[in-house]
Amino acid sequence: MKTQQYDLVVIGGGPAGMAAAVSAYDQGVRSIVILERDKQLGGILNQCIHNGFGLHHFKEELSGPEYAERYIKDVRARDIEVRLESMVLDLNSERIIQLVSPSHGFELIEAKAVILAMGSRERARGGIGTPGTRPAGVLTAGAAQRYVNLEGQRVGENIVILGSGDIGLIMARRLSLEGCKVHACVEIMSEPGGLARNIVQCLQDFDIPLLLSHTVTRIEGKKRIEAVHIAKVDMQMRPIPGTERRVACDTLLLSVGLIPENELSRAAGVELDNRTKGPQVFENLQTSVPGVFACGNVLHIHDLVDHVSDESARAGRAAAAYLSKQTDTAGGDLIALEAGRGLRYTVPQRLHLRPDLEKLDIFFRVTHTAEEQKIIVESGGKQIALFRRVHVAPGEMEKITLPAKVLAEIQPGAKLSLRLEAAL
Amino acid sequence: MYDIAIIGAGIIGASVAYELSRYRLKILWLEKENDVSLGATRANSAIVHAGYDPPAGSRMARLNVEGTRLMPALCEAVDAHYKNTGSLVLAFDERDRSTLRSLKEQGDANGVPGLQVLNREETLAREPALNPDIVGSLYAPSAGIILPWELTLGLAEVAVREGVDLRLRQELQTIRYEADHWKLETQNETYQARRVINAAGQGAEKIHRQATEPAFHLLPTRGEYYLLDKAVDPQVSHVLFQCPGPLGKGILVTPTIHGNTLIGPNAELIEDGEDTSTTYAGLAEVAQKARRSVPNLRFGENIRHFSGVRANREVDDFYIAMHDKGFLDLAAIKSPGLSAAPAIALYARELLEADGLEVQPREGWNGRRKVRRFAERSPEDKAAMVDANPAFGRVICRCQTITEGEILEAIRSPIPPVSIDAIKRRTGAGLGRCQGGFCGPRVLEILSRELGVDPAEILQDKDGSYIVLGDNRPEVRI
Repeated sequence: MKTQQYDLVVIGGGPAGMAAAVSAYDQGVRSIVILERDKQLGGILNQCIHNGFGLHHFKEELSGPEYAERYIKDVRARDIEVRLESMVLDLNSERIIQLVSPSHGFELIEAKAVILAMGSRERARGGIGTPGTRPAGVLTAGAAQRYVNLEGQRVGENIVILGSGDIGLIMARRLSLEGCKVHACVEIMSEPGGLARNIVQCLQDFDIPLLLSHTVTRIEGKKRIEAVHIAKVDMQMRPIPGTERRVACDTLLLSVGLIPENELSRAAGVELDNRTKGPQVFENLQTSVPGVFACGNVLHIHDLVDHVSDESARAGRAAAAYLSKQTDTAGGDLIALEAGRGLRYTVPQRLHLRPDLEKLDIFFRVTHTAEEQKIIVESGGKQIALFRRVHVAPGEMEKITLPAKVLAEIQPGAKLSLRLEAAL
Repeated sequence: MYDIAIIGAGIIGASVAYELSRYRLKILWLEKENDVSLGATRANSAIVHAGYDPPAGSRMARLNVEGTRLMPALCEAVDAHYKNTGSLVLAFDERDRSTLRSLKEQGDANGVPGLQVLNREETLAREPALNPDIVGSLYAPSAGIILPWELTLGLAEVAVREGVDLRLRQELQTIRYEADHWKLETQNETYQARRVINAAGQGAEKIHRQATEPAFHLLPTRGEYYLLDKAVDPQVSHVLFQCPGPLGKGILVTPTIHGNTLIGPNAELIEDGEDTSTTYAGLAEVAQKARRSVPNLRFGENIRHFSGVRANREVDDFYIAMHDKGFLDLAAIKSPGLSAAPAIALYARELLEADGLEVQPREGWNGRRKVRRFAERSPEDKAAMVDANPAFGRVICRCQTITEGEILEAIRSPIPPVSIDAIKRRTGAGLGRCQGGFCGPRVLEILSRELGVDPAEILQDKDGSYIVLGDNRPEVRI
C-alpha cells in the first residue's frame, strides 16, 4: 500500500480545521490537506441556521452556513487540498494516518505535522443517568437540529428540554417557530449553561419557562416518550422528594454538554486533560506529541465560533513555525499552569518559557457566576498580574493575555497560578 | 399444516429454530415484535457461565456446562463474537472463601473444566483493578462473553435461510388443540401445527395455561445495568462475580465484546414482565455494590443504563417439559439460560423425538453465516472492500466505525431490519459512546431511502417508536 506524504494534515473541516489550514497556508506551508468526514466543509455550522455568528470576528451578524462560507471561500482561494467524506480511522504517534473514503478507498498518509480539529459530540442520556423507560423521542438537541434544519423533519409537538446548553436554547426557539409547544427548559444547576443572550432571545422572548435547580427524574412511555417527571433539586443536585410533577410530552431534547472528540488523540498517545477532556497543550497549542497540535472544540469547548477561528489560526501558525523549525518547543523552562480557586481549567495547561515569547493568551472557565471579580495571576507566591471582570459565568469562556513584561516575572520552576477573587 | 410451531424469537427460540432447520420439517416461527431478540435476550449480562452455580447433578447444571462447551463453535459457525475471558468469583472474607470451596466442589461435580481456587496475590495478578481487600477467588477458565442479540440473529438468519417460516409481528392470542393439531390464532392470522414449542419468554406462562394445566409460575425479575465507555480505566479482563451471600447474589463487573465495561444487575421482583425501566434506587444499588469488587469504577463514563427482565420462577430451575399432544415448554429460561441455550436446543430435539417426531436430515443444510465487518479487517482487506464497493468507504457510525456498506448488507439480510435499533443489532452502528446521536439521523435516512418509505415510518425500536413526525410545516407562522 502506497503512503502519501503531506507537510500538514488537518483532521476536521469545520471552523477550526478551516481556520487552521488557511493560516498555515498564509505562513507559507504549501503541502496541506484537510480531511473532512462529511460531504461538505463547515462542520456543525451547516445545521446552525440561526444568526449570531461572526460578531467578534467579522463585526457582523451571520448565520452558521454564512460564517462557514467565508472560510470555505478562504480555503478554496488557496491551494489547500480538501478530502470530503474522508474518515480518519487511526492516527499514531509517528503521525501516520489511516484514512478511508468512498472516492479514494483506504489510504495511508504520513504527515510532518498534524492539527487535530475534530470538534466535539453531545453528551447523551447515559452520561447523565436519567432513569425511566427507553422510548423513542429522547434525542440530543443537535440531532434534533439536524432533523429539523437539514432533513426538514419535525421531531415532535410537545417538547421538554433538559439542560440549558446553547444548542438546547437555540432549539427551543427553533421548534417554537416550527409551531411546537416547548413546555420547559430544565436545568439542574442553579444557573444556566448557555449564553445570556440565548436565554433572553430563545426562552424569554418565547415565554418558555427556565426551571433552574430542577431535573428530569424519570422518563415515561414504552414506545414513544409520553411524559417526564420534573423535580427540584437540593444543593447536592439530588431531587427533593415531594417536588416532583409530571409533564406530558412527546419529545425530550438533551442539551447537557459537549464532549471533545479525542479518540484519535488517544490513539496517537496525546496526553489528555481530565477537566477539559481535550489534549493538554503548550502555549503554541502543541500537544504532548511533537508535531501534533489541537484547536477548537476538540481542545476545549467554546461558546463562540469566533474564538474557535482565532484559536485555530494560532494553531495553524504554530504548525507552520514547527514545520519551518522556527520553534524549538523543547527550549525554555517548562512551566505548569494551575487553575486555582474559582477556575475550572486553563488552556494552555503548560508553557515553554522562552525569551522570544511575546505574549501568552490564557483561556479558562470559572466555576460559578459572580459579579465584580478579579483574576489574580501568581508565580512563586508573588502576584504578577491582575485582571478585572464585572461579571463572570461558567457558560462564558474567559481570556486573559499576559504581555512580555509579565512573562519576564515568571519564576522558573514555579507554577503559574490563576485564581478568582471578589474585587471589594 | 406445519410440523412444528415455535413461539418466541429470543435466544431459545432461535437456538431451537436453528437446530430443527437441519431436518426435513415444515417449521413456523412466530414472534410478536418486529424483530428477533427483543425480550430478555437483548438486555442481560451477556455472559457464558462456566456452570458451577446450578446444583450438582441437576438438569440445569448439565445444560449449562454442555451449552458453554458448545458455545464457541456455534458462535464461530454463525459468525457471532465470542471471547473466552474466564471468570473469577471474588471472596472478601473467610465465609466467602468457604463458599468458593463449595462452588468448586459443585463445579467439579458438574464437569466444569479447570476450576481453580486462587489466593489473593494470584487473583490480583490476574486482575489488578480489583479491591485489594479480597482474600481469594474461584477461577473458571471456560467462562466467556458474547453478544446475545448477535448470536440470536446469526442463528435466526441461518434458520430462515434454511426454510424456517419466521413471521414477525404475530402475537399469539389463542392456542387450542383441535382433533390432531394445534390451532394458533394471532391478531390477524390463523396457523395450524402438529407440535408447538413454547419459547415465549415472559409470555410463556400465559401460553402454557391456554394449552395445558398450570405447572409453573413466572416471577419477572428486573435487573439494572451500567455500560461504561470503552478505553476507560480501570479495565477488567475477566467476568467478575461476587460470592452469593446473605446480601444476595452480588453484582458482576465484566468486559464486553466491544471493550466496554458492563456492571449489574440487581434483582427486583416486578409485576409487568416487559417493564424495562431503570430507577435511581436500582442504579445506585448496582454502583455501590460493584465498587466492592472494583473500587475505582468511573460511573461518570457511563454511556447507557438499561434493565432486563429475567424469567425467574418459583423454584430455581428452568421449566422444560414435553406435554401431551406435542406441546413442549422451554420456559423460565433464567440465568444461566443464555449459556445453556445451545444445549437446550439439542435437548428439545431429543424430547420431540421421544414424543414421536421423525427427524430426517435435510440434504445440503448449511449452518454457517458470514458477516462483513469493516472495522475488524486488515488494512489490505479494507482497501479491497472499498475498491469493490465504495459504500464501505463511507463511515456512518464513527464511534464503532460502521460503514454504509455494512448497513446496506444488513438491510438485505434474511431478516430485514425495520428500525434503527435493528440496524444497531445487526451492524453495531449506534452502540458506541454517542449512542446513535451522530449516526441515528443518517441511519434513518439510509433506511428510508433503501426501504422506499417516508422517514416518519422509520422506527427507533418496537412498533410505535417513531422518530420523526413528517415534514416541517411551512405554513406555521407565529
